[in-house]
Amino acid sequence: MKYMLLIYSATVEPGCEGPEDPATFEEWMAYDKAVHEAGIHVSGHSLADLTTATTVQVAGGERSVTDGPFAETREILGGYYVIDVPDLDVALDWAARCPGSRGGGAVVVRPVAEF
Amino acid sequence: MVAVFREEHGRLLASLAGRFGDLDLAEEVAADAIEAALTRWPVDGVPDRPGAWLLTTARRKAIDRLRRDQAYAARLAALHLEAERATAPAPSLDGELPDERLQLFFTCAHPALAAEDRAALTLRCLAGLTTPEVARAFLVPPATMAQRIVRAKRKIRQARIPFRVPGLDELPERLPGVLQVIYSIFTEGYAASAGPDLQRPALAGEAVRLARILRRLMPAEREVAGLLALMLLVHARRDARTGPHGEPVLLGDQDRARWDRSMIDEGRGLVVAALTGGPPGPYGVQAAIAALHGEADDVASTDWPQVVKLYDVLLGLTPSPVVAVNRAVAVAMRDGAEAGLALLDGLAGEPRLRGHHPYPAARAELLARLGRRGEAAAAFREALDLAGTEPERAFLRHRLADVAPDPPDRV
Repeated sequence: MKYMLLIYSATVEPGCEGPEDPATFEEWMAYDKAVHEAGIHVSGHSLADLTTATTVQVAGGERSVTDGPFAETREILGGYYVIDVPDLDVALDWAARCPGSRGGGAVVVRPVAEF
Repeated sequence: MVAVFREEHGRLLASLAGRFGDLDLAEEVAADAIEAALTRWPVDGVPDRPGAWLLTTARRKAIDRLRRDQAYAARLAALHLEAERATAPAPSLDGELPDERLQLFFTCAHPALAAEDRAALTLRCLAGLTTPEVARAFLVPPATMAQRIVRAKRKIRQARIPFRVPGLDELPERLPGVLQVIYSIFTEGYAASAGPDLQRPALAGEAVRLARILRRLMPAEREVAGLLALMLLVHARRDARTGPHGEPVLLGDQDRARWDRSMIDEGRGLVVAALTGGPPGPYGVQAAIAALHGEADDVASTDWPQVVKLYDVLLGLTPSPVVAVNRAVAVAMRDGAEAGLALLDGLAGEPRLRGHHPYPAARAELLARLGRRGEAAAAFREALDLAGTEPERAFLRHRLADVAPDPPDRV
């Protein structure tokens, strides 16, 4: 069964201190390696900074392109994994191991719909 | 459902759910099998192995149903095969069904389900209550409860919450969730949060029954013993807790001859099991406090110093202002009302006590004991505004009349 792990990071207000326990680059590398070695990796990417995002909407055949969105909520999507594991408990274990679940961040686990 | 089959129903459902990974199908064919038994057994006689008969019949019904519904069958086939591969059940020697209810307990109490749905599913799947009965238990309309149960079962199926018992390393994280579900059912029966009645003994009795099943399934878990002990010791007072008009009777005023002695004795035995062989857990400590009340002939001869000590331990395990209120009342019994009141006043402004009527009610009682009638009346009025059941409000009005010289115009 495939699950998407959506990795949200807490936004840091300018002038405020960052999270107490920020994940290091090495920890992310180690996690990525573990996901691959476990044979559960389907896909996964980390996303570039939110300031590079562009929104497209089509209404009545008209295309509208706008800059953003900007972070209006406290948490922003920073990347994702799709993993293939037997059940939700295993998916939750991988979410808990993900460095993105710490330091004020959160990982949302969603089953991939099967048709 | 006929009462005799309620125990069988839970076992049957657990076996089928584990096998199919689908609670809906399991429920449907379990009900079919029991219906078949009700028709056939009076004619053919009860089979040698009733459990195995029910399981075989239910599986045959499942195959029938899957033949009728191909799309459903295709979706289920993948699940089914994987589940069978992962958990091929070991056939027991005598051919009777292995008891697979433990995994159903953990699935129904899974943290990925909404907290309010966990108790509902547990009552429905393990206690064998119908949806309208579960709705009555939580004082919601049957249609609302039906929706909640459907939503929870859909999440189990679609997100594939597994039917499995967590490993030993996961138990410390997962078992408290199962115990919490059973205890929340008990407290709703013991002290209804709303409605016409103060307590609903049948619902509390269901919680006791569930804890007994869990105790048989996990005999080595001390907190399971502690939970069962706590509920037995409190449930033992059910007949003495309400007066002739349904009004609450406080611990100190209860006729202890009406306490259920055999239940207290059973509870006391379990407290020993709960507190032996390792550090105490919160249910074991609360059970020990309840046991001290159960052993005492009256309030005066209760071992209050020991009660306070146990509350200290409990506060260390679960720091909670509600526990602190109970501890302050025990301190008042040990050292006098003044000392207890000072502790209660120290909890003022605690956000988690906002809306908790036992807090102002406890303050009011201590103020009344100190002869500060005006302040006691104000605190009783505060409690009156917050109390959820009519018998409690009637009792508080009565206490208010005791301390207030003039009938208050607000109530």
